[in-house]
Amino acid sequence: MSTARALINVPATARRGDIIDIKALISHEMETGFRRTQLGVPIPRDIITQFVCTYNGAEIFRAEFHPAIAANPFLAFSTIATESGTIAFHWTGDNGFSATESAAISVA
Amino acid sequence: MSARADNRAAAALRALGIAAWLTVLAQAAPASEIPLPERRSGYAFMRAETRAMQDDDSANPGMLWVLDGDRLWNAKAGAAARACADCHGDARMSMRGVAARYPAYDAARARPVNLQQRINLCRSEHQQAQPLASESRDLLALAAYVGRQSRGLPIAPEVDERAKPFLEAGRAAFQRRQGQLNLSCAQCHDDNWDRRLAGNAITQAHPNGYPIYRLEWQGLGSLQRRLRNCLVGTRTQAYDYGDAELVNLELFLMWRARGMILETPAVRP
Amino acid sequence: MRAAGGIVAGIALDSATQPVAAAEAAITRAAPGARPAVLSMLEAIQRTVGGTSINKGRVKLELPPLVENGNTVGLAVRVDSPMTPADHVKAIHVFSEKNPQPYVVTFRLGPRAGRASVATRVRLADTQTVVAICEMSDGSFWSDSVNVVVTLAACTEEL
Repeated sequence: MSTARALINVPATARRGDIIDIKALISHEMETGFRRTQLGVPIPRDIITQFVCTYNGAEIFRAEFHPAIAANPFLAFSTIATESGTIAFHWTGDNGFSATESAAISVA
Repeated sequence: MSARADNRAAAALRALGIAAWLTVLAQAAPASEIPLPERRSGYAFMRAETRAMQDDDSANPGMLWVLDGDRLWNAKAGAAARACADCHGDARMSMRGVAARYPAYDAARARPVNLQQRINLCRSEHQQAQPLASESRDLLALAAYVGRQSRGLPIAPEVDERAKPFLEAGRAAFQRRQGQLNLSCAQCHDDNWDRRLAGNAITQAHPNGYPIYRLEWQGLGSLQRRLRNCLVGTRTQAYDYGDAELVNLELFLMWRARGMILETPAVRP
Repeated sequence: MRAAGGIVAGIALDSATQPVAAAEAAITRAAPGARPAVLSMLEAIQRTVGGTSINKGRVKLELPPLVENGNTVGLAVRVDSPMTPADHVKAIHVFSEKNPQPYVVTFRLGPRAGRASVATRVRLADTQTVVAICEMSDGSFWSDSVNVVVTLAACTEEL
């Protein structure tokens, strides 16, 4: 497939102590490994297996995906706005898949 | 047989013939078109969760293709090493309203072309680049990006005297019974919309959100892909991508949806 | 035996899908020909939870009762928890009864989450029960389950 594109939604600013909502959507077919071609040949599994979110380097959220996660995986979760800095997103998966995105947040 | 008996027999045969002819006419009569104020987007037939997916740009998977399209719009391509942006500038301004009026009549080709065809014509003529394959990710991304610039605008294909014959061909295709099931598009989408087919709502089939992220495809696809799916579903030989018949049908469908708001990139089941 | 009984009792399986007594018997006897899909979800849950019993409550699994399309189903889990360092959700595990394999997703949270509320999109192969199991910082487990009706698209498409 072509380059992985991700859409992340992190508020640009927040007050210290606020709970902020984060959304992450990444382009990936999430081939389950249970499908077959029209000739009956199994299509090998190719999925994202892990998502990790860090806030200035500290892990705040992690998700472990199985083939039951829909294509173009979507996640919504939350974290407490503690300090200004970078919220980073890292996806890894089968066949060496790796993608990273980040967003800056300013916390007053 | 006596002359009177002959006449009666002939009259009876004539009556039978007329009755048969009326039946044939009734079957061939065009289905009643949906009155303009009663037209509803496919959005109205979806459940709340699916609508929510479309409404949120950070959750709409179709936006991933729009992102890709933004990148491609600004990337130099072809022997001319020219990007779309080099001629068209900021798409948010230059492409505003464009998708809403496609398919559009192309004088050089003396027939309407759809948006993907227009993009490929630009690539080969102005960028000296290879046309992008039908339903390829890059072509869909550009179509989604350009389409997104018309989101919220009313659909308004320009149908002048030159385009009219192609519109009528599209209308005829929409109303024609075809395939093993001998069904016409109109029978479901003009006459039986809002009923259900095996648990799914039958919509009015307005193409007011293409290219769409279709849950069934788990990806983004064009109106032509959807039309081919429907043709296969009614057990009809599907036209190839880019076939003139499909473009005529696209033109008719967009004209039938004139005035409705474009939702590209829409999410549909 | 006690552990198996605890797990089965903690999950409200649709009685039409698998009578609780039969499921319990299936686990203890591992009878061949017992409904493999249900057994494997219960087995997966057992492996995740170990010998601890599962409580009902505190967790709310949100899924539409009738899905638009089984390929993409919005799923959300909310847990009633103060999310303090002393008392928070450590993990949320989601299981499927009738998919080809029972694991769906595991979310790992902590007190930095602020609230225990996560959402994603999943694939559901058939009408079935989906189970969410929440692991608390004190080692306790809580569950919720939802029965979901999944239909196939009306027109078979090969293109």
